Amino acid sequence: MSLLDAQSLTVRFGGDAVLEDVSLSLEPGEIVTVVGPNGSGKSTLLRALLGIQPLASGRITRKTGLRLGYVPQKLHIDRGLPLTVRRFLSLPHGHAAGEAARVLARVGMAGMEARQLVGLSGGQMQRVLLARALLARPELLILDEPTQGLDQPGEAAFYKLIEEVRTEMGCAILMVSHDLHVVMSASDRVICLNHHVCCQGTPHVVSNAPEYRALFGVGTRGALALYQHDHDHAHDHAHDHGHGPGHDTGHDPDHDRGQDHDHDPEHGHGARDHA
Amino acid sequence: MTPNTAMEPATMLEPFLLRAVLAGLGLALAAGPLGCFVVWRRMAFFGDATAHAAILGVALALGFSVSIYVGTLSMALLMALTVSALSGRGWAADTMLGVLAHTALALGLVAISFVPGVRVDLQSYLFGDILAVSWRDVILVWCGAALVLSGLAWRWSGLLTATISEDLAQASGINPAREGLVLTLALAVVVAVAIKVVGALLIAAMLIVPAAAARSLSRTPETMALFAALIGVLAVLVGLWGSFHFDTPAGPSIVVAAAAVFILSAGLGGMLRRG
Ligand SMILES: Nc1ncnc2c1ncn2[C@@H]1O[C@H](COP(=O)(O)OP(=O)(O)OP(=O)(O)O)[C@@H](O)[C@H]1O
Ligand SMILES: [Mg+2]
Repeated sequence: MSLLDAQSLTVRFGGDAVLEDVSLSLEPGEIVTVVGPNGSGKSTLLRALLGIQPLASGRITRKTGLRLGYVPQKLHIDRGLPLTVRRFLSLPHGHAAGEAARVLARVGMAGMEARQLVGLSGGQMQRVLLARALLARPELLILDEPTQGLDQPGEAAFYKLIEEVRTEMGCAILMVSHDLHVVMSASDRVICLNHHVCCQGTPHVVSNAPEYRALFGVGTRGALALYQHDHDHAHDHAHDHGHGPGHDTGHDPDHDRGQDHDHDPEHGHGARDHA
Repeated sequence: MTPNTAMEPATMLEPFLLRAVLAGLGLALAAGPLGCFVVWRRMAFFGDATAHAAILGVALALGFSVSIYVGTLSMALLMALTVSALSGRGWAADTMLGVLAHTALALGLVAISFVPGVRVDLQSYLFGDILAVSWRDVILVWCGAALVLSGLAWRWSGLLTATISEDLAQASGINPAREGLVLTLALAVVVAVAIKVVGALLIAAMLIVPAAAARSLSRTPETMALFAALIGVLAVLVGLWGSFHFDTPAGPSIVVAAAAVFILSAGLGGMLRRG
């Protein structure tokens, strides 16, 4: 049974449809990533699914009693509000101190319980928000650009954590991300959104779809090629998160270059795009 | 306790002064924690508008010869609900609240001048007349305070979550609009019971000044609420003492005392943070 099922959602802000006829459904344990340009309605879609954003039309069915964890794109804390990390994590429902400490350690914020929320850096705030979402023991985690502001190791650790959380808690994850190359390797399914669902499916299918190419252009070809290269050759796992921008020029010397080119499916796509 | 020792403070404290102290304490205990929410949610102007509407309530109460409490409570409630309803419509909140607050005040003053017969002591409604409160007033203040405090305690966790972020609250199954309504009602009750104590012009000060003074001394919302109540209590005692000794108006003296605590605590807080 689906955790959440959305049928033809339409959301308007003063006449303009920001989301039009968007349907999607989320199954237990899957990692789904929403990609799309700025202003394409990604955050709006997440907020609509959470029941925050009123719908102009459409219907959302949730599994009864579905436990949600949510990390918003940004959270502003008023300076007038004194709030420790510990207290923030316990809202609205308290947890045992040990549990909060354990989750904080997992997101790389061990021992930060007594820190004031207003004093945290952007990346630290992001980690605390994730910790709070995890404490809800969610069946569905909804993350809006969760890696913004994270440093490189933090970002790699984040995707590793997401994978672990999925395995341990069996929760589904719906996230928005702009790190296209990571998205492609970390997701089971990708939804490409630009006010409507342009295309969706496995990363492989989406990255080959002309709609996706039209949105993200040739700039992403390198990243996609990399991703496909990874999967075609079944790299060891530790490697997946280490791809820096320079990777496609600096191949590992122990790789067979010839095989690389034979397998590179990207070369054939130019023609297929027009079909 | 023998009757003898129990009599002593009573003889030292004139009955009117005892009533004044009790009324002031009741108001301070409720206004402190509620004022924290006013500060956290940046509702200062909202508080002003609601308090000023009370003057209109006084005019209506005198005109229709009903209880002042009924008049102020209903006008404050009407204003608070109107402002809540309008604030969702994309008005510049500051401007709108300014217009409403001052219109309500001016309209109230004009309306009072039409009240036939009785020569109304305007000053006592603008600045309060705490030294003239009756036992009935004292009881009403304490009932109102108990109502407000139990309401805040009952909804505390949801109120706090909704104050931090409406989106996070909603994702946790909390209805921010309902929590906002709790605050709106509490505000109207405090305005109604405060009108005789500090008057329409200084109600907002009783809400904001103790809370602001508590801010620099607190690390969690709960301690801030507690300190705000205690600082309010201190301000009432010091203010009344000062008013008695220097023959100054009681309501403004209380607010001056609260402001003095604010300045002290800001300095103290700064020293604590540096040292
Ligand atoms: N509360 C709102 N009122 C009016 N317009 C809004 C509101 N929220 C979003 N919009 C508009 O809806 C569109 C989509 O916004 P949304 O935040 O969903 O984009 P996004 O895809 O998340 O973008 P980004 O990648 O920059 O986060 C934008 O044009 C934005 O201006
Ligand atoms: Mg967004």
